[in-house]
Amino acid sequence: MKGEKKPKKVSDFATPYTVTNAITKGGVFTKLSMLVMGLGNIAHKQVIKGLLFLAIEVAYILFMVKYGVKCLAMLPSLGTVEQQEVFNEKTQVYEYILGDQSVLILLYGVATIGITLAFFFMWREALKSAYMAECLTKQGHKVNNFKGDCKDLLDKNLHKSLLFLPVAGILIFTILPLLFMIPMAFTDYSDINNKLVLFDWVGLDNFKTVLGMGGKLGNTFWSVLGWTLIWAFFATFLNFFFGMILAIVINRKGTRLKGFWRTCFVISIAVPQFVSLLVMRQMLQRQGAVNNLLLELGWIDNPLPFWTNTTWARVSVILINCWVGIPYSMLQVTGILQNVPAELYEAAKIDGANPVQIFFKITLPYIMFIMGPYIITQFTGNINNFNVIYLLSAGNPTPVGSTAGKTDLLVTWLYKLTIDFQYYNLGAVIGILTFVVLSIVALVTYRNTASYKDEEGFQ
Amino acid sequence: MSKAVVKQKRPMTAARFKRVFMNSLVHVILGLLAAIWLFPIFWVVMTSLRKESGAYTSYFFPKALTFDNYIRLFTETTQLNFPRMFLNTLFISIIVCIISTTFVLCVSYCMSRLRFKMRKPFMNIAMIMGLFPAFMSMVAVYFILKALGLIEGNMVYISLILIYSAGSGAGFYIAKGFFDTVPKSLTEAAVLDGCNQFQVFYKIILPLSKPIVVYTILTSFLGPWLDFIFCKVIVGPRDKYWTVSIGLYNMLEKEFVNGWFTRWAAAAVIVSIPIAILFIIMQRFYVDGLTGAVKG
Repeated sequence: MKGEKKPKKVSDFATPYTVTNAITKGGVFTKLSMLVMGLGNIAHKQVIKGLLFLAIEVAYILFMVKYGVKCLAMLPSLGTVEQQEVFNEKTQVYEYILGDQSVLILLYGVATIGITLAFFFMWREALKSAYMAECLTKQGHKVNNFKGDCKDLLDKNLHKSLLFLPVAGILIFTILPLLFMIPMAFTDYSDINNKLVLFDWVGLDNFKTVLGMGGKLGNTFWSVLGWTLIWAFFATFLNFFFGMILAIVINRKGTRLKGFWRTCFVISIAVPQFVSLLVMRQMLQRQGAVNNLLLELGWIDNPLPFWTNTTWARVSVILINCWVGIPYSMLQVTGILQNVPAELYEAAKIDGANPVQIFFKITLPYIMFIMGPYIITQFTGNINNFNVIYLLSAGNPTPVGSTAGKTDLLVTWLYKLTIDFQYYNLGAVIGILTFVVLSIVALVTYRNTASYKDEEGFQ
Repeated sequence: MSKAVVKQKRPMTAARFKRVFMNSLVHVILGLLAAIWLFPIFWVVMTSLRKESGAYTSYFFPKALTFDNYIRLFTETTQLNFPRMFLNTLFISIIVCIISTTFVLCVSYCMSRLRFKMRKPFMNIAMIMGLFPAFMSMVAVYFILKALGLIEGNMVYISLILIYSAGSGAGFYIAKGFFDTVPKSLTEAAVLDGCNQFQVFYKIILPLSKPIVVYTILTSFLGPWLDFIFCKVIVGPRDKYWTVSIGLYNMLEKEFVNGWFTRWAAAAVIVSIPIAILFIIMQRFYVDGLTGAVKG
């Protein structure tokens, strides 16, 4: 199947002006453009464009000579000079001589590699552009001048101008940080052994520590992973299940005041999540409102240990997440219920189906058809559900001497490891492991949704 | 009138009794559930009006009610400056709103209407990026901002703005879905009339997509109000630059909780009301946007 699809995909955007063609079939100036970017354009009357390419090349070479080469050269060792204390005879005080800072070396190194890749991309563009100018001149077509190129940026090449800034933002603030974080997983950058200033590559050691069953950290990892999956399962399916029931109950024929009931539940989602979560946390404290109310009513004699007992804390977190999430799924299912084609129900009634059969044969499959992909993204979202856990229980109760509490998810543990404990390398390892699982799940499911397969169906 | 009388006279059959019983049961359960869902909100409002200070009281209903907490929240600013937090957040969110809305709409239009080689790869990458919890790379972002010198002093505002808006282009899915539903014939006609693609974007697509434009504006405006973790890491203990959410979180820390608890509740109410209103407006536009997507 793959073999059938591929050729079609390529032909969508096929052009004769490729880099390979430029190198093999291009003329002298095009070939020289490999060394001096923009030469081919200048030779074919695209002077400004050619000069711009040339300027990029000059800027890149200057940057590499001045900073880039040094940054790359430091990368394998991550710095060797330690911070030193030197006694200054004149002023009679100890002075510190700043040593190498491995984090900065790593950051600049990754950034340099990024800039180099961007330059390589521009180099290919320059070559393609030179070859195109050459071919068009040979065929006797008019070559776009600079003004024409600018006009194209608002029309044929609009995507380039519209996407430039957003993509730059994503590259610098989303992708570069991720690329910067990944190498950290292979270093000993952590508070352990005081390696916060100067650290080294350690290969796969961190992965062995985290995944190893025997060690303390390994045990923590597997138990946190287990709880994360249990949490994600319950948080997703309870929300969906009860949200669906609520929607159906409100939507059924006999229920009065449908709008009023819906509003009651919607109000709770309109309150900002961090406010409602903090409120919940406060209410369930030992001396909080819920315990007080129950004590006043005489239903309990001692305050309930909502946040201090493992089982209580876990159940509370899941239940509160239901409080947060059920109205959302109720809203969504309500929307779907109102869209179920009426003729399906009529046909079923004529065939003599009872309400239970109608629900299981028509309503439920219809809801699942639409909500299926949504449920799976909810599941991945819950694995990453930082706010609910951090604001409610902050991962507590925490056993003495452990880095993770009993309600910590992988993400909140990651946060604690990096921000509280400064074990940056272990945090990075856990980040990578979480990501690997999530991206596989997401790509598989997303590719199977109707909107991806048939996205032009409505146009 | 006569119909109702007839109805009343009808004998109480078993089936009818069952139906009435079911209906009442459903309403009782719904009432209970609604009470559970509204109880926390009711509790915050009560606490914000409570006259007795202190974090915990041994009774549930306050003994006396007052508006003092709201007034003190805005007048006593030496310890924690709530008005300043509010203005900080407002300032940041307005700028973020402008930048992110532009980014999201531009990217959505490209993904929906323009066809180019990197389109599908870009969409896949954006999908994967969305899976990362944003703060996973937070430490790295922190170092990058520090290397750019944007952490110190007032520059921290720029940091926060960049954090909230720079990556926003990846969140284009909903707006793209809406743009997809604008009939192709309209844009083709515009091209025939001599519009270039950019003119198609702002003369045809944008005016036709008001619900989703409003929705995008509101979501990007709300971002800084709801975020908590980035501000906590970037700003840290410098309370001059706190946003509302981090201020609220800190009011519950040990050193403040006793003196500030009722004011915290007042602040929670004050922040929630405008956000709730915006949310309800947004919900309507969101639903409009989605039904647009179905109608085609």
